[in-house]
Amino acid sequence: MADPLLQVRDLHLALPDLNAPRLFGPAPQVGILHGLTFDIPRGATLGIVGESGSGKSTLGRCLVRLLEPTGGTILLNGDDITHASPRDLAAHRRDLQMIFQDPMSSLNPRHSVLRLIADPMRLHGIQDADAKARDMLDRVHLGRRFADRYPHQLSGGQRQRVGIARAVGLSPRFILADEIVSGLDVSTQAQIIRLLEELVADMDLTLAFISHDLSVIRRLCREVIVLRAGQIVEAGATSKIFSAPAHPYTAALQSSIALPELDEGWLLS
Amino acid sequence: MVRLWLSGGWLAILVLAAIFAPWIAPHDPLAQDLFLERLPPVWIDGAEPGYYLGTDSLGRDVLSRMIYGARIALIVAVLAGGAAALIGSTLGLLAGFYGGWTDRIVGRIIDIWMSFPPVLFAILLVAVLGTGLHSVILAIAIIDWTRFARVIRAETMAQSRMDYVASAVVIGRSRLGTLAAEVLPNVLPTLLVLFSLEMGIAVIVEAILSFVNLSISSDDPTWGGMIAEGRTQIHFAPWVLVVPMVALFLTVLSFSQFGEGLKDRIDPVLR
Ligand SMILES: Nc1ncnc2c1ncn2[C@@H]1O[C@H](COP(=O)(O)OP(=O)(O)OP(=O)(O)O)[C@@H](O)[C@H]1O
Ligand SMILES: [Mg+2]
Repeated sequence: MADPLLQVRDLHLALPDLNAPRLFGPAPQVGILHGLTFDIPRGATLGIVGESGSGKSTLGRCLVRLLEPTGGTILLNGDDITHASPRDLAAHRRDLQMIFQDPMSSLNPRHSVLRLIADPMRLHGIQDADAKARDMLDRVHLGRRFADRYPHQLSGGQRQRVGIARAVGLSPRFILADEIVSGLDVSTQAQIIRLLEELVADMDLTLAFISHDLSVIRRLCREVIVLRAGQIVEAGATSKIFSAPAHPYTAALQSSIALPELDEGWLLS
Repeated sequence: MVRLWLSGGWLAILVLAAIFAPWIAPHDPLAQDLFLERLPPVWIDGAEPGYYLGTDSLGRDVLSRMIYGARIALIVAVLAGGAAALIGSTLGLLAGFYGGWTDRIVGRIIDIWMSFPPVLFAILLVAVLGTGLHSVILAIAIIDWTRFARVIRAETMAQSRMDYVASAVVIGRSRLGTLAAEVLPNVLPTLLVLFSLEMGIAVIVEAILSFVNLSISSDDPTWGGMIAEGRTQIHFAPWVLVVPMVALFLTVLSFSQFGEGLKDRIDPVLR
Protein backbone atom coordinates (compact mmCIF):
# COMPACT_ATOMS: atom_id res chain seq x y z
CA MET A 1 0.00 0.00 0.00
CA ALA A 2 2.87 2.29 0.75
CA ASP A 3 4.52 2.39 -2.66
CA PRO A 4 2.85 4.98 -4.81
CA LEU A 5 1.41 4.41 -8.27
CA LEU A 6 2.60 7.74 -9.57
CA GLN A 7 5.57 9.68 -8.22
CA VAL A 8 5.95 13.22 -9.41
CA ARG A 9 9.24 14.93 -8.64
CA ASP A 10 10.03 18.58 -9.29
CA LEU A 11 7.80 18.63 -12.36
CA HIS A 12 8.32 21.57 -14.69
CA LEU A 13 6.50 22.44 -17.85
CA ALA A 14 7.12 25.30 -20.20
CA LEU A 15 5.36 25.91 -23.50
CA PRO A 16 6.26 28.19 -26.37
CA ASP A 17 4.72 31.58 -25.73
CA LEU A 18 2.85 32.30 -28.93
CA ASN A 19 1.93 35.81 -27.84
CA ALA A 20 5.46 37.00 -27.26
CA PRO A 21 6.74 39.40 -29.89
CA ARG A 22 9.59 37.92 -31.91
CA LEU A 23 11.27 38.36 -35.23
CA PHE A 24 13.57 35.37 -35.56
CA GLY A 25 14.29 32.11 -33.86
CA PRO A 26 12.09 29.89 -31.75
CA ALA A 27 9.32 31.40 -29.65
CA PRO A 28 10.39 32.07 -26.06
CA GLN A 29 9.10 29.62 -23.48
CA VAL A 30 6.60 30.50 -20.83
CA GLY A 31 6.67 28.44 -17.63
CA ILE A 32 3.34 26.94 -16.59
CA LEU A 33 4.26 24.35 -13.97
CA HIS A 34 7.04 25.24 -11.56
CA GLY A 35 8.46 22.26 -9.70
CA LEU A 36 5.59 20.12 -8.44
CA THR A 37 6.36 17.20 -6.15
CA PHE A 38 3.74 14.77 -4.89
CA ASP A 39 2.79 11.09 -4.86
CA ILE A 40 -0.41 9.41 -5.89
CA PRO A 41 -0.70 6.21 -3.82
CA ARG A 42 -2.45 3.15 -5.23
CA GLY A 43 -6.17 3.38 -4.71
CA ALA A 44 -5.98 7.08 -3.94
CA THR A 45 -8.64 9.56 -4.88
CA LEU A 46 -6.72 12.76 -5.32
CA GLY A 47 -8.44 16.08 -5.87
CA ILE A 48 -6.61 18.79 -7.78
CA VAL A 49 -8.02 22.23 -7.11
CA GLY A 50 -7.06 25.77 -7.89
CA GLU A 51 -8.42 28.79 -9.63
CA SER A 52 -8.78 29.01 -13.37
CA GLY A 53 -5.41 29.17 -15.09
CA SER A 54 -3.53 27.70 -12.14
CA GLY A 55 -2.30 24.79 -14.27
CA LYS A 56 -4.65 21.96 -13.24
CA SER A 57 -5.34 20.74 -16.77
CA THR A 58 -1.72 21.14 -17.77
CA LEU A 59 -0.64 19.05 -14.79
CA GLY A 60 -3.25 16.43 -15.68
CA ARG A 61 -2.08 16.24 -19.26
CA CYS A 62 1.47 15.69 -18.06
CA LEU A 63 0.34 12.86 -15.79
CA VAL A 64 -1.26 10.96 -18.70
CA ARG A 65 1.63 12.06 -20.90
CA LEU A 66 -0.38 14.01 -23.42
CA LEU A 67 2.29 16.61 -22.70
CA GLU A 68 6.00 15.98 -22.21
CA PRO A 69 7.38 17.68 -19.10
CA THR A 70 10.33 19.99 -19.61
CA GLY A 71 11.83 19.16 -16.23
CA GLY A 72 11.60 16.75 -13.31
CA THR A 73 10.40 13.15 -13.43
CA ILE A 74 7.20 11.15 -13.43
CA LEU A 75 7.40 7.53 -12.33
CA LEU A 76 4.57 5.13 -13.03
CA ASN A 77 4.93 1.97 -11.00
CA GLY A 78 8.59 2.85 -10.66
CA ASP A 79 9.10 3.22 -14.44
CA ASP A 80 10.30 6.58 -15.61
CA ILE A 81 7.78 7.81 -18.17
CA THR A 82 8.83 11.46 -18.14
CA HIS A 83 10.25 11.44 -21.64
CA ALA A 84 9.07 8.04 -22.84
CA SER A 85 8.64 7.91 -26.62
CA PRO A 86 5.24 6.99 -28.05
CA ARG A 87 6.65 3.49 -28.63
CA ASP A 88 7.73 3.10 -25.00
CA LEU A 89 4.54 4.66 -23.73
CA ALA A 90 2.45 2.11 -25.64
CA ALA A 91 3.04 -0.41 -22.87
CA HIS A 92 1.77 2.07 -20.26
CA ARG A 93 -1.11 3.59 -22.20
CA ARG A 94 -3.61 1.13 -20.90
CA ASP A 95 -2.82 2.21 -17.34
CA LEU A 96 -3.07 5.95 -17.94
CA GLN A 97 -6.59 6.83 -18.94
CA MET A 98 -8.41 10.11 -19.00
CA ILE A 99 -11.97 11.34 -18.96
CA PHE A 100 -12.31 14.67 -20.73
CA GLN A 101 -14.26 17.73 -19.76
CA ASP A 102 -16.28 18.06 -22.95
CA PRO A 103 -17.50 14.73 -24.31
CA MET A 104 -18.96 16.46 -27.35
CA SER A 105 -15.43 17.19 -28.48
CA SER A 106 -13.59 14.22 -26.97
CA LEU A 107 -15.91 11.54 -28.36
CA ASN A 108 -15.47 11.16 -32.10
CA PRO A 109 -18.82 12.34 -33.52
CA ARG A 110 -18.65 9.78 -36.32
CA HIS A 111 -18.06 6.72 -34.15
CA SER A 112 -20.94 4.82 -32.61
CA VAL A 113 -21.16 4.45 -28.85
CA LEU A 114 -20.21 0.78 -29.16
CA ARG A 115 -17.15 1.59 -31.20
CA LEU A 116 -16.12 4.38 -28.83
CA ILE A 117 -16.01 1.89 -25.97
CA ALA A 118 -14.76 -1.15 -27.89
CA ASP A 119 -11.95 0.50 -29.87
CA PRO A 120 -9.70 1.10 -26.84
CA MET A 121 -10.13 -2.56 -25.88
CA ARG A 122 -9.35 -3.74 -29.40
CA LEU A 123 -6.23 -1.58 -29.48
CA HIS A 124 -4.99 -3.32 -26.37
CA GLY A 125 -5.71 -6.79 -27.66
CA ILE A 126 -8.66 -7.48 -25.38
CA GLN A 127 -10.75 -10.38 -26.71
CA ASP A 128 -14.49 -10.00 -27.38
CA ALA A 129 -14.24 -6.24 -27.27
CA ASP A 130 -17.79 -5.71 -28.55
CA ALA A 131 -19.34 -7.98 -25.94
CA LYS A 132 -17.29 -6.38 -23.18
CA ALA A 133 -18.21 -2.92 -24.44
CA ARG A 134 -21.89 -3.86 -24.17
CA ASP A 135 -21.23 -4.99 -20.60
CA MET A 136 -19.63 -1.63 -19.92
CA LEU A 137 -22.80 0.09 -21.13
CA ASP A 138 -24.61 -1.68 -18.32
CA ARG A 139 -21.89 -0.85 -15.83
CA VAL A 140 -22.26 2.86 -16.47
CA HIS A 141 -26.06 2.50 -16.29
CA LEU A 142 -26.67 3.48 -19.89
CA GLY A 143 -28.03 0.18 -21.16
CA ARG A 144 -27.22 -1.79 -24.29
CA ARG A 145 -29.79 -0.08 -26.43
CA PHE A 146 -27.42 2.88 -26.69
CA ALA A 147 -24.78 0.81 -28.49
CA ASP A 148 -25.69 1.98 -32.00
CA ARG A 149 -26.25 5.62 -31.20
CA TYR A 150 -23.89 8.44 -32.03
CA PRO A 151 -22.68 11.04 -29.50
CA HIS A 152 -24.92 13.81 -30.83
CA GLN A 153 -27.94 11.61 -30.13
CA LEU A 154 -27.17 11.54 -26.39
CA SER A 155 -27.73 13.98 -23.56
CA GLY A 156 -24.76 15.59 -21.83
CA GLY A 157 -24.89 13.15 -18.93
CA GLN A 158 -25.23 10.14 -21.22
CA ARG A 159 -22.27 11.32 -23.26
CA GLN A 160 -20.15 11.62 -20.16
CA ARG A 161 -21.12 8.05 -19.19
CA VAL A 162 -19.74 6.95 -22.55
CA GLY A 163 -16.56 8.90 -21.80
CA ILE A 164 -16.31 7.08 -18.47
CA ALA A 165 -17.00 3.67 -20.03
CA ARG A 166 -14.34 4.30 -22.65
CA ALA A 167 -11.71 5.00 -19.99
CA VAL A 168 -12.81 2.49 -17.36
CA GLY A 169 -13.33 -0.30 -19.91
CA LEU A 170 -9.57 -0.77 -20.09
CA SER A 171 -9.43 -1.35 -16.31
CA PRO A 172 -6.56 1.11 -16.07
CA ARG A 173 -4.59 1.62 -12.91
CA PHE A 174 -4.90 5.37 -13.13
CA ILE A 175 -7.69 7.62 -14.34
CA LEU A 176 -7.55 11.36 -14.69
CA ALA A 177 -10.88 13.17 -14.70
CA ASP A 178 -10.60 16.80 -15.79
CA GLU A 179 -13.66 18.87 -14.85
CA ILE A 180 -15.90 16.06 -16.04
CA VAL A 181 -19.08 17.42 -14.50
CA SER A 182 -18.65 21.11 -15.07
CA GLY A 183 -20.81 21.12 -18.20
CA LEU A 184 -23.72 19.32 -16.54
CA ASP A 185 -26.69 20.42 -14.49
CA VAL A 186 -26.60 19.77 -10.77
CA SER A 187 -28.72 16.61 -10.61
CA THR A 188 -26.81 15.03 -13.49
CA GLN A 189 -23.55 16.00 -11.79
CA ALA A 190 -24.60 14.09 -8.71
CA GLN A 191 -25.40 10.98 -10.77
CA ILE A 192 -22.08 11.07 -12.56
CA ILE A 193 -20.19 11.54 -9.30
CA ARG A 194 -22.06 8.62 -7.77
CA LEU A 195 -21.20 6.46 -10.78
CA LEU A 196 -17.55 7.39 -10.54
CA GLU A 197 -17.50 6.62 -6.83
CA GLU A 198 -19.04 3.25 -7.52
CA LEU A 199 -16.57 2.34 -10.26
CA VAL A 200 -13.55 3.52 -8.28
CA ALA A 201 -14.58 1.32 -5.39
CA ASP A 202 -15.47 -1.72 -7.53
CA MET A 203 -12.48 -1.65 -9.83
CA ASP A 204 -9.66 -0.53 -7.55
CA LEU A 205 -8.99 2.52 -9.63
CA THR A 206 -6.64 5.29 -8.68
CA LEU A 207 -8.27 8.58 -9.48
CA ALA A 208 -7.09 12.14 -9.93
CA PHE A 209 -10.05 14.46 -10.07
CA ILE A 210 -9.66 18.02 -11.27
CA SER A 211 -12.41 20.39 -10.26
CA HIS A 212 -13.03 23.88 -9.11
CA ASP A 213 -16.12 22.70 -7.25
CA LEU A 214 -14.89 22.06 -3.73
CA SER A 215 -18.05 20.33 -2.56
CA VAL A 216 -17.53 17.66 -5.22
CA ILE A 217 -13.88 17.29 -4.22
CA ARG A 218 -14.81 17.00 -0.58
CA ARG A 219 -17.21 14.22 -1.36
CA LEU A 220 -15.09 12.23 -3.79
CA CYS A 221 -11.47 12.75 -2.81
CA ARG A 222 -9.55 11.64 0.25
CA GLU A 223 -6.48 13.69 -0.59
CA VAL A 224 -6.21 17.01 -2.26
CA ILE A 225 -3.52 19.27 -3.69
CA VAL A 226 -4.10 22.97 -4.07
CA LEU A 227 -2.49 24.62 -7.08
CA ARG A 228 -1.76 28.25 -7.61
CA ALA A 229 0.11 29.65 -10.59
CA GLY A 230 1.74 26.32 -11.34
CA GLN A 231 2.88 25.56 -7.80
CA ILE A 232 1.47 23.48 -4.98
CA VAL A 233 0.49 25.70 -2.08
CA GLU A 234 -1.00 22.99 0.07
CA ALA A 235 -1.43 19.22 0.02
CA GLY A 236 -2.88 16.64 2.37
CA ALA A 237 -6.02 14.90 3.56
CA THR A 238 -9.13 16.61 2.22
CA SER A 239 -10.86 16.73 5.57
CA LYS A 240 -7.88 18.32 7.24
CA ILE A 241 -7.20 20.88 4.55
CA PHE A 242 -10.73 22.09 4.31
CA SER A 243 -11.35 22.21 8.04
CA ALA A 244 -8.11 24.01 8.78
CA PRO A 245 -6.51 25.47 5.65
CA ALA A 246 -2.91 26.34 6.36
CA HIS A 247 -2.58 28.66 3.39
CA PRO A 248 -4.68 31.79 3.01
CA TYR A 249 -5.14 30.95 -0.72
CA THR A 250 -6.92 27.73 0.21
CA ALA A 251 -9.13 29.55 2.62
CA ALA A 252 -9.90 32.09 -0.06
CA LEU A 253 -10.73 29.37 -2.60
CA GLN A 254 -12.97 27.75 -0.09
CA SER A 255 -14.95 30.81 0.74
CA SER A 256 -14.88 31.65 -2.95
CA ILE A 257 -13.75 35.15 -2.17
CA ALA A 258 -12.53 36.89 -5.28
CA LEU A 259 -8.81 36.26 -5.39
CA PRO A 260 -6.34 39.11 -5.65
CA GLU A 261 -4.51 39.40 -8.96
CA LEU A 262 -1.28 37.45 -9.00
CA ASP A 263 1.81 39.57 -9.07
CA GLU A 264 4.28 39.06 -11.92
CA GLY A 265 6.73 37.35 -9.62
CA TRP A 266 4.65 34.18 -9.56
CA LEU A 267 5.01 33.53 -13.24
CA LEU A 268 8.66 34.42 -13.54
CA SER A 269 9.95 32.56 -10.51
CA MET B 1 -34.35 13.45 -50.77
CA VAL B 2 -35.90 14.62 -54.03
CA ARG B 3 -32.65 16.05 -55.27
CA LEU B 4 -30.87 12.82 -54.49
CA TRP B 5 -33.32 10.88 -56.64
CA LEU B 6 -33.47 13.39 -59.47
CA SER B 7 -29.72 13.86 -59.73
CA GLY B 8 -29.11 10.16 -59.15
CA GLY B 9 -31.63 9.35 -61.87
CA TRP B 10 -29.91 11.53 -64.44
CA LEU B 11 -26.50 10.14 -63.52
CA ALA B 12 -27.86 6.58 -63.72
CA ILE B 13 -29.17 7.27 -67.23
CA LEU B 14 -25.73 8.59 -68.20
CA VAL B 15 -23.94 5.60 -66.75
CA LEU B 16 -26.24 3.15 -68.52
CA ALA B 17 -25.93 5.07 -71.78
CA ALA B 18 -22.17 5.08 -71.47
CA ILE B 19 -21.90 1.38 -70.71
CA PHE B 20 -24.39 0.16 -73.31
CA ALA B 21 -23.67 2.79 -75.95
CA PRO B 22 -23.11 0.31 -78.84
CA TRP B 23 -26.44 -1.37 -78.14
CA ILE B 24 -28.67 1.58 -77.50
CA ALA B 25 -27.30 4.18 -79.90
CA PRO B 26 -29.70 4.13 -82.87
CA HIS B 27 -26.98 4.99 -85.36
CA ASP B 28 -23.24 4.92 -85.84
CA PRO B 29 -22.11 8.20 -84.23
CA LEU B 30 -19.54 8.72 -86.97
CA ALA B 31 -21.70 7.78 -89.97
CA GLN B 32 -22.19 10.79 -92.23
CA ASP B 33 -25.11 11.07 -94.62
CA LEU B 34 -25.28 14.27 -96.58
CA PHE B 35 -28.85 13.58 -97.60
CA LEU B 36 -29.86 13.71 -93.94
CA GLU B 37 -27.98 16.80 -92.81
CA ARG B 38 -29.50 19.20 -90.26
CA LEU B 39 -32.59 17.17 -89.60
CA PRO B 40 -34.54 18.69 -86.68
CA PRO B 41 -35.47 16.74 -83.53
CA VAL B 42 -38.69 14.73 -83.59
CA TRP B 43 -40.84 17.43 -81.99
CA ILE B 44 -40.14 19.88 -84.83
CA ASP B 45 -41.72 19.66 -88.28
CA GLY B 46 -39.58 18.03 -90.92
CA ALA B 47 -38.06 15.43 -88.62
CA GLU B 48 -37.08 12.06 -89.99
CA PRO B 49 -38.25 9.04 -87.92
CA GLY B 50 -35.40 7.36 -86.05
CA TYR B 51 -33.38 10.58 -85.63
CA TYR B 52 -34.84 11.58 -82.29
CA LEU B 53 -32.60 14.55 -81.59
CA GLY B 54 -31.96 15.40 -85.20
CA THR B 55 -28.68 15.41 -87.10
CA ASP B 56 -25.76 17.80 -87.45
CA SER B 57 -24.36 19.51 -90.53
CA LEU B 58 -22.70 16.31 -91.69
CA GLY B 59 -25.85 14.28 -91.21
CA ARG B 60 -24.60 12.48 -88.08
CA ASP B 61 -27.21 11.42 -85.53
CA VAL B 62 -27.11 13.79 -82.53
CA LEU B 63 -28.58 11.30 -80.04
CA SER B 64 -26.00 8.66 -80.92
CA ARG B 65 -23.21 11.19 -80.61
CA MET B 66 -24.59 12.30 -77.21
CA ILE B 67 -24.62 8.70 -76.00
CA TYR B 68 -21.04 8.07 -77.06
CA GLY B 69 -20.08 11.49 -75.71
CA ALA B 70 -21.44 10.47 -72.28
CA ARG B 71 -18.82 7.73 -72.24
CA ILE B 72 -16.00 10.20 -72.53
CA ALA B 73 -17.60 12.67 -70.11
CA LEU B 74 -18.01 10.00 -67.43
CA ILE B 75 -14.58 8.49 -67.91
CA VAL B 76 -13.05 11.93 -67.53
CA ALA B 77 -15.24 12.79 -64.52
CA VAL B 78 -14.41 9.63 -62.62
CA LEU B 79 -10.74 9.23 -63.51
CA ALA B 80 -9.68 12.88 -63.50
CA GLY B 81 -11.85 13.71 -60.47
CA GLY B 82 -10.63 10.58 -58.68
CA ALA B 83 -6.97 11.23 -59.38
CA ALA B 84 -7.22 14.87 -58.29
CA ALA B 85 -9.06 13.81 -55.13
CA LEU B 86 -6.53 11.10 -54.33
CA ILE B 87 -3.45 13.28 -54.75
CA GLY B 88 -4.97 16.41 -53.23
CA SER B 89 -6.60 14.89 -50.18
CA THR B 90 -3.64 12.67 -49.34
CA LEU B 91 -1.34 15.69 -49.30
CA GLY B 92 -3.96 17.80 -47.51
CA LEU B 93 -4.49 15.18 -44.80
CA LEU B 94 -0.78 14.70 -44.18
CA ALA B 95 -0.04 18.44 -44.13
CA GLY B 96 -2.98 19.27 -41.88
CA PHE B 97 -2.36 16.40 -39.47
CA TYR B 98 1.42 16.37 -39.13
CA GLY B 99 1.97 20.13 -39.49
CA GLY B 100 5.61 21.23 -39.21
CA TRP B 101 7.80 20.87 -42.27
CA THR B 102 5.34 18.53 -44.01
CA ASP B 103 2.81 21.31 -43.89
CA ARG B 104 5.29 23.97 -44.99
CA ILE B 105 6.38 21.98 -48.03
CA VAL B 106 2.84 21.10 -49.12
CA GLY B 107 1.65 24.66 -48.49
CA ARG B 108 4.46 26.07 -50.60
CA ILE B 109 3.74 23.69 -53.49
CA ILE B 110 0.05 24.65 -53.38
CA ASP B 111 0.95 28.36 -53.51
CA ILE B 112 3.20 27.85 -56.51
CA TRP B 113 0.61 25.70 -58.29
CA MET B 114 -2.19 28.16 -57.75
CA SER B 115 -0.18 31.00 -59.24
CA PHE B 116 -0.71 29.48 -62.72
CA PRO B 117 -3.96 30.47 -64.42
CA PRO B 118 -5.77 27.13 -64.70
CA VAL B 119 -7.10 27.28 -68.25
CA LEU B 120 -3.74 28.38 -69.63
CA PHE B 121 -2.10 25.69 -67.52
CA ALA B 122 -4.45 23.08 -68.98
CA ILE B 123 -3.84 24.15 -72.57
CA LEU B 124 -0.10 24.21 -71.96
CA LEU B 125 -0.15 20.75 -70.38
CA VAL B 126 -2.18 19.20 -73.16
CA ALA B 127 0.08 20.84 -75.70
CA VAL B 128 3.05 19.23 -73.96
CA LEU B 129 1.43 15.87 -73.26
CA GLY B 130 -0.20 15.66 -76.66
CA THR B 131 -3.91 15.42 -77.32
CA GLY B 132 -5.84 12.34 -76.32
CA LEU B 133 -8.08 11.18 -73.53
CA HIS B 134 -5.26 10.20 -71.19
CA SER B 135 -3.56 13.59 -71.39
CA VAL B 136 -6.85 15.37 -70.75
CA ILE B 137 -7.35 13.27 -67.63
CA LEU B 138 -3.77 13.79 -66.53
CA ALA B 139 -3.94 17.54 -67.11
CA ILE B 140 -7.11 17.93 -65.04
CA ALA B 141 -5.67 15.88 -62.17
CA ILE B 142 -2.36 17.77 -62.25
CA ILE B 143 -4.12 21.12 -62.12
CA ASP B 144 -7.02 20.46 -59.81
CA TRP B 145 -5.49 18.48 -56.95
CA THR B 146 -4.90 21.81 -55.19
CA ARG B 147 -8.65 22.29 -54.75
CA PHE B 148 -8.67 19.19 -52.58
CA ALA B 149 -5.35 19.84 -50.89
CA ARG B 150 -6.31 23.33 -49.70
CA VAL B 151 -9.72 22.51 -48.30
CA ILE B 152 -8.81 19.13 -46.83
CA ARG B 153 -5.69 20.57 -45.20
CA ALA B 154 -7.67 23.30 -43.43
CA GLU B 155 -10.39 20.87 -42.38
CA THR B 156 -7.85 18.35 -41.10
CA MET B 157 -6.09 21.05 -39.09
CA ALA B 158 -9.35 22.06 -37.44
CA GLN B 159 -10.25 18.44 -36.69
CA SER B 160 -6.80 17.68 -35.27
CA ARG B 161 -7.31 20.27 -32.56
CA MET B 162 -10.41 18.49 -31.30
CA ASP B 163 -10.16 16.55 -28.05
CA TYR B 164 -11.06 13.30 -29.75
CA VAL B 165 -7.59 13.31 -31.27
CA ALA B 166 -6.06 13.71 -27.78
CA SER B 167 -8.40 10.97 -26.62
CA ALA B 168 -7.10 8.70 -29.39
CA VAL B 169 -3.57 9.19 -28.05
CA VAL B 170 -4.75 8.29 -24.55
CA ILE B 171 -6.37 5.04 -25.68
CA GLY B 172 -3.14 4.14 -27.44
CA ARG B 173 -3.84 4.67 -31.11
CA SER B 174 -0.85 5.23 -33.34
CA ARG B 175 -0.45 8.55 -35.16
CA LEU B 176 -1.27 7.10 -38.55
CA GLY B 177 -4.11 5.07 -37.02
CA THR B 178 -5.53 8.27 -35.56
CA LEU B 179 -5.39 9.97 -38.94
CA ALA B 180 -7.08 7.05 -40.67
CA ALA B 181 -9.64 5.95 -38.06
CA GLU B 182 -10.48 9.21 -36.29
CA VAL B 183 -9.73 12.23 -38.47
CA LEU B 184 -10.49 10.81 -41.91
CA PRO B 185 -14.14 9.89 -41.17
CA ASN B 186 -14.68 13.49 -40.08
CA VAL B 187 -13.12 14.89 -43.24
CA LEU B 188 -14.92 12.46 -45.53
CA PRO B 189 -18.18 14.42 -45.90
CA THR B 190 -16.23 17.46 -47.12
CA LEU B 191 -14.22 15.22 -49.41
CA LEU B 192 -17.37 13.72 -50.89
CA VAL B 193 -18.80 17.13 -51.69
CA LEU B 194 -15.53 18.32 -53.20
CA PHE B 195 -15.28 15.18 -55.29
CA SER B 196 -18.75 15.59 -56.71
CA LEU B 197 -18.02 19.21 -57.61
CA GLU B 198 -14.74 18.17 -59.16
CA MET B 199 -16.42 15.58 -61.36
CA GLY B 200 -18.63 18.32 -62.76
CA ILE B 201 -15.63 20.60 -63.23
CA ALA B 202 -13.75 17.81 -65.02
CA VAL B 203 -16.63 17.38 -67.47
CA ILE B 204 -16.60 21.12 -68.18
CA VAL B 205 -12.83 21.27 -68.60
CA GLU B 206 -12.97 18.35 -71.01
CA ALA B 207 -15.68 20.19 -72.93
CA ILE B 208 -13.57 23.36 -73.00
CA LEU B 209 -10.56 21.43 -74.27
CA SER B 210 -12.71 19.74 -76.91
CA PHE B 211 -14.08 23.15 -77.81
CA VAL B 212 -10.61 24.46 -78.53
CA ASN B 213 -9.80 21.18 -80.25
CA LEU B 214 -7.26 20.10 -77.66
CA SER B 215 -9.05 17.07 -76.33
CA ILE B 216 -9.34 13.82 -78.20
CA SER B 217 -9.49 13.53 -81.97
CA SER B 218 -12.15 15.80 -83.39
CA ASP B 219 -14.02 12.96 -85.05
CA ASP B 220 -14.77 11.22 -81.77
CA PRO B 221 -18.02 12.43 -80.32
CA THR B 222 -17.51 14.59 -77.21
CA TRP B 223 -20.00 17.06 -75.82
CA GLY B 224 -17.50 19.89 -75.99
CA GLY B 225 -16.71 19.07 -79.59
CA MET B 226 -20.43 19.02 -80.40
CA ILE B 227 -20.87 22.42 -78.75
CA ALA B 228 -17.98 23.80 -80.78
CA GLU B 229 -19.52 22.47 -83.95
CA GLY B 230 -23.05 23.51 -83.02
CA ARG B 231 -21.86 27.06 -82.54
CA THR B 232 -21.23 27.39 -86.27
CA GLN B 233 -24.69 26.02 -87.05
CA ILE B 234 -26.63 28.04 -84.51
CA HIS B 235 -28.87 29.72 -87.09
CA PHE B 236 -29.59 26.62 -89.19
CA ALA B 237 -29.62 23.87 -86.58
CA PRO B 238 -29.71 25.25 -83.02
CA TRP B 239 -30.39 21.78 -81.55
CA VAL B 240 -26.83 20.71 -82.36
CA LEU B 241 -25.67 23.31 -79.83
CA VAL B 242 -28.53 23.18 -77.35
CA VAL B 243 -28.68 19.43 -76.76
CA PRO B 244 -25.07 18.98 -75.53
CA MET B 245 -25.25 22.22 -73.52
CA VAL B 246 -28.35 21.07 -71.68
CA ALA B 247 -26.76 17.68 -71.04
CA LEU B 248 -23.61 19.35 -69.74
CA PHE B 249 -25.60 21.62 -67.46
CA LEU B 250 -27.71 18.78 -66.09
CA THR B 251 -24.66 16.62 -65.53
CA VAL B 252 -22.64 19.23 -63.65
CA LEU B 253 -25.66 20.09 -61.53
CA SER B 254 -26.43 16.43 -60.87
CA PHE B 255 -22.91 15.66 -59.72
CA SER B 256 -22.95 18.41 -57.11
CA GLN B 257 -26.51 17.71 -55.97
CA PHE B 258 -25.87 14.00 -55.78
CA GLY B 259 -22.72 14.60 -53.71
CA GLU B 260 -24.55 16.89 -51.28
CA GLY B 261 -27.51 14.58 -51.03
CA LEU B 262 -25.38 11.49 -50.52
CA LYS B 263 -23.40 13.23 -47.80
CA ASP B 264 -26.58 14.11 -45.91
CA ARG B 265 -27.74 10.57 -46.34
CA ILE B 266 -24.70 8.64 -45.13
CA ASP B 267 -23.22 11.00 -42.52
CA PRO B 268 -24.21 9.69 -39.08
CA VAL B 269 -23.95 13.16 -37.59
CA LEU B 270 -26.62 14.52 -39.92
CA ARG B 271 -29.03 11.63 -39.66
N1 LIG C 1 -0.85 25.62 -25.28
C1 LIG C 1 -0.57 26.60 -24.40
N2 LIG C 1 0.36 27.53 -24.71
C2 LIG C 1 0.66 28.50 -23.85
N3 LIG C 1 0.08 28.63 -22.67
C3 LIG C 1 -0.84 27.75 -22.28
C4 LIG C 1 -1.22 26.68 -23.13
N4 LIG C 1 -2.16 25.94 -22.50
C5 LIG C 1 -2.36 26.54 -21.32
N5 LIG C 1 -1.59 27.63 -21.17
C6 LIG C 1 -1.53 28.51 -20.00
O1 LIG C 1 -1.18 27.73 -18.89
C7 LIG C 1 -1.87 28.14 -17.74
C8 LIG C 1 -2.57 26.95 -17.10
O2 LIG C 1 -3.60 26.49 -17.95
P1 LIG C 1 -4.52 25.28 -17.53
O3 LIG C 1 -5.42 25.02 -18.68
O4 LIG C 1 -3.68 24.16 -17.07
O5 LIG C 1 -5.32 25.89 -16.33
P2 LIG C 1 -6.51 25.24 -15.48
O6 LIG C 1 -6.07 25.27 -14.06
O7 LIG C 1 -6.88 23.93 -16.04
O8 LIG C 1 -7.66 26.29 -15.70
P3 LIG C 1 -9.24 26.04 -15.84
O9 LIG C 1 -9.77 25.86 -14.47
O10 LIG C 1 -9.73 27.32 -16.46
O11 LIG C 1 -9.42 24.85 -16.73
C9 LIG C 1 -2.82 29.23 -18.18
O12 LIG C 1 -2.26 30.47 -17.80
C10 LIG C 1 -2.86 29.11 -19.67
O13 LIG C 1 -3.02 30.36 -20.25
MG1 LIG D 1 -8.64 23.15 -17.11
